[in-house]
Amino acid sequence: MSPSASPSTGPEISTVTLHNGLQIVVIPDHRTPVVTHMVWYRNGSADDPVGKSGIAHFLEHLMFKGTEKHTQGEFSDVVTALGGQENAFTSVDYTAYFQRIAREHLKTMMEFESDRMTGLVLTDEIVNPERDVVIEERRMRTDTDPGAQLGEAVSKALFTHHPYGTPIIGWMHEIETLNREDALAYYRRFYTPENAILIVAGDVTEDEVVRLAEATYGRIPSRGEAPKRVRPQEPEPRASRQVSLADPKVEQPSLQRCYLVPSYTTGKPGEAEALDVLVQILSAQGTGRLHRDLVMEQHCAVAAGAWYQSTAVDQSRLLLYAIPHPGVSLDTLEKALDGVIHDVITNGIEAKELARAKTRLIADTIYAQDSQASLARMYGASLATGSTVNDVKSWPEAIDAVSAESVQAAAKAWLERRRAVTGYLLKEEVAA
Amino acid sequence: MNDLTPKASLASRIQTVRSSGGIEAWLIEDYTVPLISLECAFLGGAAQDPAGKAGVASMLAGLLDEGAGPYDSTAFHERLDDFAIEVSFGSDRDGFSGHLRTLIRHKAEAFDMLKLALNEPRFDEEPLERVRAQLVASVLQDTNDPDAMANRAWFTTAFPGHPYGNPSRGSLETLAAITRDDLIDYKARILAHDTLKIAVVGAIDAASLSIELDKVFGPLPKQSRRVAIPRVTPQGVGTRKIVDLDIPQSSVRFGAAGISNDDPDWHVAIVLNQILGGGVFSSRLFREVREKRGLAYSVSSSIAPFDFAPLHMGGTSTKNERVAESLSIIEAEITSLAKDGPFDEELDVAKKYLTGSYLLRFDTSQKLASQLVQIQIDHLGQDYMDRRNGLISSVTREEAARVAKRLYGEGKLLVTIVGRPVRIDAVKA
Repeated sequence: MSPSASPSTGPEISTVTLHNGLQIVVIPDHRTPVVTHMVWYRNGSADDPVGKSGIAHFLEHLMFKGTEKHTQGEFSDVVTALGGQENAFTSVDYTAYFQRIAREHLKTMMEFESDRMTGLVLTDEIVNPERDVVIEERRMRTDTDPGAQLGEAVSKALFTHHPYGTPIIGWMHEIETLNREDALAYYRRFYTPENAILIVAGDVTEDEVVRLAEATYGRIPSRGEAPKRVRPQEPEPRASRQVSLADPKVEQPSLQRCYLVPSYTTGKPGEAEALDVLVQILSAQGTGRLHRDLVMEQHCAVAAGAWYQSTAVDQSRLLLYAIPHPGVSLDTLEKALDGVIHDVITNGIEAKELARAKTRLIADTIYAQDSQASLARMYGASLATGSTVNDVKSWPEAIDAVSAESVQAAAKAWLERRRAVTGYLLKEEVAA
Repeated sequence: MNDLTPKASLASRIQTVRSSGGIEAWLIEDYTVPLISLECAFLGGAAQDPAGKAGVASMLAGLLDEGAGPYDSTAFHERLDDFAIEVSFGSDRDGFSGHLRTLIRHKAEAFDMLKLALNEPRFDEEPLERVRAQLVASVLQDTNDPDAMANRAWFTTAFPGHPYGNPSRGSLETLAAITRDDLIDYKARILAHDTLKIAVVGAIDAASLSIELDKVFGPLPKQSRRVAIPRVTPQGVGTRKIVDLDIPQSSVRFGAAGISNDDPDWHVAIVLNQILGGGVFSSRLFREVREKRGLAYSVSSSIAPFDFAPLHMGGTSTKNERVAESLSIIEAEITSLAKDGPFDEELDVAKKYLTGSYLLRFDTSQKLASQLVQIQIDHLGQDYMDRRNGLISSVTREEAARVAKRLYGEGKLLVTIVGRPVRIDAVKA
């Protein structure tokens, strides 16, 4: 390890599996007497049946609607009355539910959360208005925002076959047809103890958590084995793709480039780590290559950055973006962006850049220890996409082992035009 | 698990550190994670932007970490990266804030970088023009964003001729007018000892912190030179304004005068807002607008204790055909809360939520430090963290009913709507 990467003395994180297959992860943090209680299901929008896009997300909403034992809103009322905060989120690969609450209420949270793993009751009277809520959510996030609409088009063009190309919230015409039976069928298939991960972070010990989990989640019968996620895989890409969206509401054009790349789950050892380092070198605030070349030296962008969805079950995405300087066309900006990538592929990276990127990435894991909610999310996302607790724990060492050559090799292998979609967001000029 | 032993009071963990140079900070020493979080704030914010130059405070916030002392912008950022130090600044309507986070092994470098940023910013031409261009781009990106438009329309209508009517990030015209001297002048006027509040949480003791406080903050001027800002009440209450935008869903903002946070009724107002639309899954607005009728995904209310015009506000987004229905439900809930006060049960639940969830605000060093700064800004006293839940719990139904009348009055609101709402009475903006 380099001197900057001295081993972190983080919390003692442990994992246990109950007899019914439920995996438990405990992340102790005794500074404040509160806990973060999360249940992650290993299914997300990429597991929506064909023609039923949005069902994973719709079900997430419906999970707040009551069970055989508890009426609609009862769980939320209890959380509120106990001073807790709760919510849920759906991703392409997972769906998660959480409460943050004073430690003495953990058992109550487990009772309710385990109850809704199998006891959900839905009626049309409850399902129908909630579908309207989801429709308004889609209108709010996407249908009133040209940038979000371009984002959907870029994803769809990138994933020509794999369901990662479908919006998590679903396509509007399919959301409109989702019903009670769709939701229940999906629920029965995926909401099982074998498919779930329980993460408790905060002022707890492993013994306490396991004892309480056995008395609650432990009563749910095993289904035998976890449901299989079988998704059509993306073919090897051959053609570079371009999509553009012009709308009169766009006052600030922008450029994005999205590449099909390996994730921690699909990549060979070290590949995703090299991409993480590469993205850090490209996008670090004030020092990254995109900033240095496009903003500072060539003055063709006012801002530029990159983002890599590294935790994913299947092949994933790496995104570059830039906002042009006034008067600079997106074509010109795109050529400059290609120049930045070409430079990394041809000339590699400097030792100083590599060291700086590693310092930052490894320090971020220490900063993450300051937030039990962040740690819980980090472990949840990794475990729900196929990584292990040890993978997460040893990640700083894996990052420290990344060489300049492997970063250059990753850029060469994955940042190829044929693997990419370029998106233009433009103003549509309307005749007065 | 249920044999919870109460931890020592939060307030008793706060140390007051006073440096030999007279700089004061609140400190909570904690060595669990090897880091230090420092938060600091000055009174001022966008409200102190000079006339015709809205955006100075936010431009200054963007520029203090873009080169200082011997380091130009690139060298400054490289040094932050080399030591994994986080330094940033922000501004809102009434305040200007600074944030520092460092691993303890780089604390000397970290305090040095904060000192340089606060005292020797370079305002070199390249970063100055770059930050200006970034602010222009963000203004352009928000030009036709429905939520941003509804907010702008609300504040320009409510506060004509007052600094609160100006966009805090500036407009295309005002950003173009800002000069280097404007930034230097603003910094000299606003970043001064008399309004400075500091809180530190993490792995540092009082003696070490005291030395750093003098180094970092000592050179700042003693006295700020703020212009007087008139206290005002929002205009246009009782009217609706529509801003046309070709979208399928309208974004709605509503609000009126509120209660300031130094008012004896402030904690009652917190409880009332929780009941109306503060609770995510349990408020009246959530139940009536979202859960029962599926009119919107997001609907909420807030109380905004701006220094010169406290407000109560709220918003929702609903399809154009159902804006009228949504608004009439929201107005009915506000009116009924004002007329009858809360039910016993909802009052009880709101109080339990607010007291039970107070701890959740302190689960990271940064959150804890920023709460400690806010308590200082609001002059609530070092024991506030221990007193606060008592203030909430003691709110009675009678008090709540009285303050609901005071806060929501006859339920009159200034409403701004961006979209193409159907069948709605309004004055077009």
